[in-house]
Amino acid sequence: MTNKQTKHQQPLSHLDWLESEAIYILREVAGQCSNPVLLFSGGKDSLCILRLAEKAFRPGRFPFPLMHIDTGHNYQEVIDFRDQRAAELGERLIVRSVEDSMKRGTVVLKTPDESRNKHQSVTLLEAIEEFGFDCCIGGARRDEEKARAKERIMSFRDEFGQWDPKNQRPELWNLYNARSHKGENIRAFPISNWTEMDVWQYIERENLALPSIYFAHQRDVVMRGGSIVPVNVPLVSGEVANPLKAGEEIINMQVRFRTVGDISCTAPVISDADTVSKIVLETATSTITERGATRLDDQTSDASMEQRKKEGYF
Amino acid sequence: MSKATVQHNDSNVDSLLRFMTCGSVDDGKSTLIGRLLFDTKTILADTLTQISNTSKKRGMEAVDLSLLTDGLQAEREQGITIDVAYRYFSTGTRKYIIADAPGHEQYTRNMVTAASTANLAIILIDARRGVLTQTRRHSYLAHLVGIQHIVVAVNKMDLVNYDQATYDKICADYLAFAQEIGFAQARDIKFIPLSALAGDMLVDRLDNMPWYKGETLLEILESAPAAHTEGDEEFRFPVQFVCRPHASADADLHDFRGFMGRIESGGISVGDAVTVLPNGYQSKVKAIQLGDAQLQSAQTEQSITLLLEDEIDTSRGDMIVKTGSAIQPVKQIEAFVCWLSETPMSLARTYVIRHTTRESKAKVGTISYKVDVNTLEEQATTDLKMNDIARMTFKLAQPLMVDSYATNRATGAFIVIDESSNNTVGAGMII
Repeated sequence: MTNKQTKHQQPLSHLDWLESEAIYILREVAGQCSNPVLLFSGGKDSLCILRLAEKAFRPGRFPFPLMHIDTGHNYQEVIDFRDQRAAELGERLIVRSVEDSMKRGTVVLKTPDESRNKHQSVTLLEAIEEFGFDCCIGGARRDEEKARAKERIMSFRDEFGQWDPKNQRPELWNLYNARSHKGENIRAFPISNWTEMDVWQYIERENLALPSIYFAHQRDVVMRGGSIVPVNVPLVSGEVANPLKAGEEIINMQVRFRTVGDISCTAPVISDADTVSKIVLETATSTITERGATRLDDQTSDASMEQRKKEGYF
Repeated sequence: MSKATVQHNDSNVDSLLRFMTCGSVDDGKSTLIGRLLFDTKTILADTLTQISNTSKKRGMEAVDLSLLTDGLQAEREQGITIDVAYRYFSTGTRKYIIADAPGHEQYTRNMVTAASTANLAIILIDARRGVLTQTRRHSYLAHLVGIQHIVVAVNKMDLVNYDQATYDKICADYLAFAQEIGFAQARDIKFIPLSALAGDMLVDRLDNMPWYKGETLLEILESAPAAHTEGDEEFRFPVQFVCRPHASADADLHDFRGFMGRIESGGISVGDAVTVLPNGYQSKVKAIQLGDAQLQSAQTEQSITLLLEDEIDTSRGDMIVKTGSAIQPVKQIEAFVCWLSETPMSLARTYVIRHTTRESKAKVGTISYKVDVNTLEEQATTDLKMNDIARMTFKLAQPLMVDSYATNRATGAFIVIDESSNNTVGAGMII
């Protein structure tokens, strides 16, 4: 059996296979949709998608603009990185902000310090309508969450932007159906089949630059409800996110972020991984890391799982 | 550690295998998947803590690994459509994507969906019950959708005292049935006794079945050939997108015309003579690009950009093949079609067929028969409802470049789209 195989082709490596699949999906979006957009946050997953888009469409320009839905609660480093990357690529970046939706009255916060993460969807829908986008390309992965395990690669949303699990199209072979009527929308997920580990291995292989907060750094934090919470974070607006509460004690810790999103709901992890290859190693042995975190507080595991669900994993 | 004992097939190192699991909850499918994820250390501490707490709450002594797929069970209780779920694990030598399909009769469409991207199927049999109607159904569907490698997993061996005679009888029963449907001759079938609950023969052998000398389940998975490595396939390159950056400031790019797509089968090298279908224009490959890299040759499943020697008017939906290939554009196809929609097929309507990157309007020709997936009987029919599978013909408005599904899964497959809803309503495999 082995002998028979060797005379035929060698299979692609898993990263090559995943890369090829993602390029194929991006090109299907370009081929099937008339006005797509690529959602780009400056985070690791969307940075992988930018590299995949380069491989899919260069030497041509991307057949879609980039768009970021900004909560106004993002780390300055990430916003700077976002702008720099878009400029390097010479691609158009659209930014629409949750704060503008708040001014319009379409987003109303229950309390001033409520996470703005979930309100991004209002701003996204407003932007979809403003530009008439028929497809949004995103970086969601099926391994992130139980509920995501059943998400399609081309996911259909009705005119209210809703995902209806009962109204999803069967998806067979690589014959993706990205058709939509006016007002409806497709969400396309080129890295659906990637795991967190695949993302880091790809970043390492492609030598992709990342915002600095992904790497281990010293940061003022407090322990709040079993999570590590960065405090007194300066915002672009001049305000401060997560102000210190009475009775809390600031600890200066070596941490890094596994995901970057809204400051109010993104907790860092204790880590000394200051290079991509150390992060790959840390991800490979992350069972131990999470146990290590558990020792700080017995509640950490459960809380951080809930946390992950809140972290922009729409 | 047991991993060290796994016999690796060198050519599989760092490759990816997509497989599916067929069975109902009663067969221990959730436990099998949970056990594979657990024993390959895919489960992170926080998830484990959660299911361990849930297990305790339900009064169980050991951690119930089937809870790892509990999301789906919750949906079932809520009466939401049960759907294919995709799960991931890695052994360090190979990455796996599991398509987890519900096994009941009304989910034929989900099984077909899961099977469409799988190269191996694990068919679960409860050792206490033996070969059932559903086993036949799962095997037929795996066969229909062209899965080359079948693992018949006789599970719950712990409940039959790990009895070899029980196992041997089930294997014999299965083989007899597989031969009857012509399945045994066409496919690579392996048998394995398991206890997903206790962990026997999944990742670790354990000591309960010394009479079984074959591979563990993980060893079977580690050595299973990846897709496209077993046969000589012809070069098929459906054009997805044409890159013409003529507005570029770079003068070299003024005449750049790149045909972008994924090689669905076969290989191609610089200098090869090619024909573009359906028009039949001929040229030669001038260059092959992947990102910044210039390749001398490229192989199946690579997404590349092809540059040709001659200026040829080619667009999305065309197919580039090697000159001399026997493939021809056709305007009628015969296929096995699985109907996926709650709205039955209408003989009067016009549908859209999407095949590779090409679409055509299509009308139903004749329906020869439909197949009862439980008895495999052929029945005369004039209609097609959800989960039905029929042999039928379509008349096409535009020519398609097709191969038979048996020789090429990529160019033998199509979906049927209802233009009024834009839904995918059917899946076809060309005969």
